[in-house]
Amino acid sequence: MSAPTTDHTLDEVLNLAASHFKVPREKLTPDDDFFKTLGIDSLQALDLLTRLEHHFRIELPDYELQGVSDFRTLANRIQARL
Amino acid sequence: MNDFKGQTLSWQKVNGAIELALHRDPCNEIGTRTLEELEKFVAALPGLSNEAHALIIHSTLKAGFSAGADLRELFQRGRAMEKGAALRGVREFLERIHAVMNALDAAPLTTIAAVHGVTFGGGFELALVCDIMIADRMARFCFPELRLGLIPGFGGIPRLKRDVGNAVVRDLLLTGRSFNVMKAQQIGLVSQIAAEGEALRVARATASQVGKFDRRTTAAAKEFVKPIPHEELKREIDIFCDLYSRPAVEEGLRKFVENEGVQPYLP
Repeated sequence: MSAPTTDHTLDEVLNLAASHFKVPREKLTPDDDFFKTLGIDSLQALDLLTRLEHHFRIELPDYELQGVSDFRTLANRIQARL
Repeated sequence: MNDFKGQTLSWQKVNGAIELALHRDPCNEIGTRTLEELEKFVAALPGLSNEAHALIIHSTLKAGFSAGADLRELFQRGRAMEKGAALRGVREFLERIHAVMNALDAAPLTTIAAVHGVTFGGGFELALVCDIMIADRMARFCFPELRLGLIPGFGGIPRLKRDVGNAVVRDLLLTGRSFNVMKAQQIGLVSQIAAEGEALRVARATASQVGKFDRRTTAAAKEFVKPIPHEELKREIDIFCDLYSRPAVEEGLRKFVENEGVQPYLP
């Protein structure tokens, strides 16, 4: 089975974030700063990371998220592990 | 003392098991007050053990099991005292917390850590003293101490080495990365995974099961399979104190304490 496309991964990241943090999906865009848009702190970011790891069945070390705050870059990091 | 309610933790007996609940906001940071109450618990443990077959350690806080040592207290201690006195204070704290951890490690009943959320540093070390680790699906583990210029100081490395391969220890320690429950189970740390919010229930079911067996047999089996690495534990205190006296540590602690950004728990 081939890996999903980057667009597909990005879409799933946005869907999961919207669903878990109860934000309307249409309010999230790929280049949003997820800390600001979702109103989350670092503990909640770790929670999001864990949910993404479970969803995509990957391991994404948190040092790869250093300085990452937008959904698009986050999706790219995930894509590199699929 | 069958029941106790303190500022940072409480315990009670439930269906033949002792339940030790951590509840110091924001995420059970382990400082002097927690240490004092843990010492109180350890002092009460021989009496409690006569009438219980298991000990469950868990947290009542949403954020997680424990974020580890109280770094603010450690930082303030370093600033308020002359260097030699601060170092003596740190060594004394470590020796006391090691005594607590060793007593829990050797407890003559089956000990279960029911963890969820953040299980970092000293919190992870507290979970590692237990015989069985049961983790909520959203639990996350980490030894972040190297980010501060330190090593884990509550017995973490010797106990992690006891349970998992050295290559894994090096990866987790030298990168300081956090990892999820699937990884924790894969490397052999977590024996059971519970659904979100269900770790305590699963721990209670497990405690009920272990209570069916003869206590002396259980204690003998535990002593046989779970030796306490006393020499390495002592060495850990020496290495920690040696590192603590360097200026880089004060700077690392200051950065953490003064960090008001959204990412203090990210590397």
